[in-house]
Amino acid sequence: MQSFDYGHAADIGEALANGDAPNTVFLAGGTELLNWLRLGVAKPARVIDLARLKGFADITRLPGGGLRIGALARLNDVALNDDVARDYPVLSQAILKSASAQLRNLATIGGNPLQKTRCGYFRAEETLPCNKRKLGSGCSALKGINDKHAIFGWSEACVATQPSDPATALSALDALYVTEHKDGGRRIKAEDLHTLPGDTPHIDNALRDGELIVGIELGGAARHSAYLKLRERESYEFAIVSAAVALDLEGDRILRARIALGSVAHKPWRLNQAECALSGAAANDTAAIRRALDASLVGAKTLAHNAYKVRLAKNAAERAIRLAAARTW
Amino acid sequence: MEFRSHLTVALRVNGRSYEVPVDTRTTLLDLLREHLELTGTKKGCNFGECGACTVHLNGRRVNGCMILAASVEGAEVTTIEGLAEDGKLHPVQQAFIDHDAFQCGFCTPGQVMSAVALIREGHARSAAEIREWMSGNLCRCSSYPQILSAVEAAASQATGG
Repeated sequence: MQSFDYGHAADIGEALANGDAPNTVFLAGGTELLNWLRLGVAKPARVIDLARLKGFADITRLPGGGLRIGALARLNDVALNDDVARDYPVLSQAILKSASAQLRNLATIGGNPLQKTRCGYFRAEETLPCNKRKLGSGCSALKGINDKHAIFGWSEACVATQPSDPATALSALDALYVTEHKDGGRRIKAEDLHTLPGDTPHIDNALRDGELIVGIELGGAARHSAYLKLRERESYEFAIVSAAVALDLEGDRILRARIALGSVAHKPWRLNQAECALSGAAANDTAAIRRALDASLVGAKTLAHNAYKVRLAKNAAERAIRLAAARTW
Repeated sequence: MEFRSHLTVALRVNGRSYEVPVDTRTTLLDLLREHLELTGTKKGCNFGECGACTVHLNGRRVNGCMILAASVEGAEVTTIEGLAEDGKLHPVQQAFIDHDAFQCGFCTPGQVMSAVALIREGHARSAAEIREWMSGNLCRCSSYPQILSAVEAAASQATGG
């Protein structure tokens, strides 16, 4: 690990004032940053620890029915919060299926969506061709082992996926990431936080240097929502495919469906076409749901080893819709 | 704000106060093992994947390898060495012996620390819940059934049946 200078930000102003200096990174939960440092994925000169910032881990109701979650809230504290568990089960479930109990006691809700891909070539301890690690070095996964890689939105430069479960749930909830920057903050729609690789695969998200996620805002309660994660073992593993679904129901009829797939692209992947097709459908009309999902997945582009993920994604979405509809309140 | 490449961390470990000079790259795990010679906490993967380094930080279980020592200034840490009281094993430690819940023993300190926290969190309500909330601790000897039995027994003792 390369050496670095370390300091505690006493308050948000101090963090932002120093955050956009060259080779400077923020430290929140640390469960990603420490591995980046070990692998050489990040080689910062300065680390700004955010642990002493006050009031950034609170979960508060918003006027009008939404919820604001402080970015420094630990994952377990978010998932087990009564309001989150009751009103946004998709988020609570996604978090509890992430990582392990110990890691969730450290990792924060603001940091988790900024984790990088789990692509084995990217995370290799010995440096392999990877355009994320070194732009222009090539993509080892494109013609290599790519069974876990993207089926949507990839480019010749990068076929990696974004693995965050919470980010997938937040996408289905149309959450807003609230940011601060010394030149002013903004609200970033969940669908706009992560970027597609294109010819800039080294860029993961829309955040500027020194821009810090300070909170996440959720709209009205999404009690008919659910998260389904498919993986090779039952716990403590990244998804092959996941599905986050939030339904607005009137009786058995779907007024609005929001469906996001995880681990299929460089960002949580909304199935907009299926969402439109399901508006007005009966929640138990399996044929209509399958038709809508089929049409939405036609655009999938598979690699040598991952064609199975298309079927898996479709079935995961169908089951997640059933789970979301079945939640009774 | 002040940036440093070396600093002194004041913390409490198993009820004792320490002031430890460290390089900023030092993790809590390395501080415990290399500076305080508390080698009960194990270094398995050093990537947050195995749970062998599980300790309690301000009462919550965490991976010692995923925390910079510099971050734990003022914290209260409990390691496996701090569980026994007056020479008497903690009930979870005793349950691991009674249920043969280890073979090579390398993951055991992390398993025990995790189990103590899990029981305190109230996540021992069923076998499935224990398995789920213990999943952050890998055992390469695969003593999982015995570990489950030990945690179930310790949990029922803690709740009086």
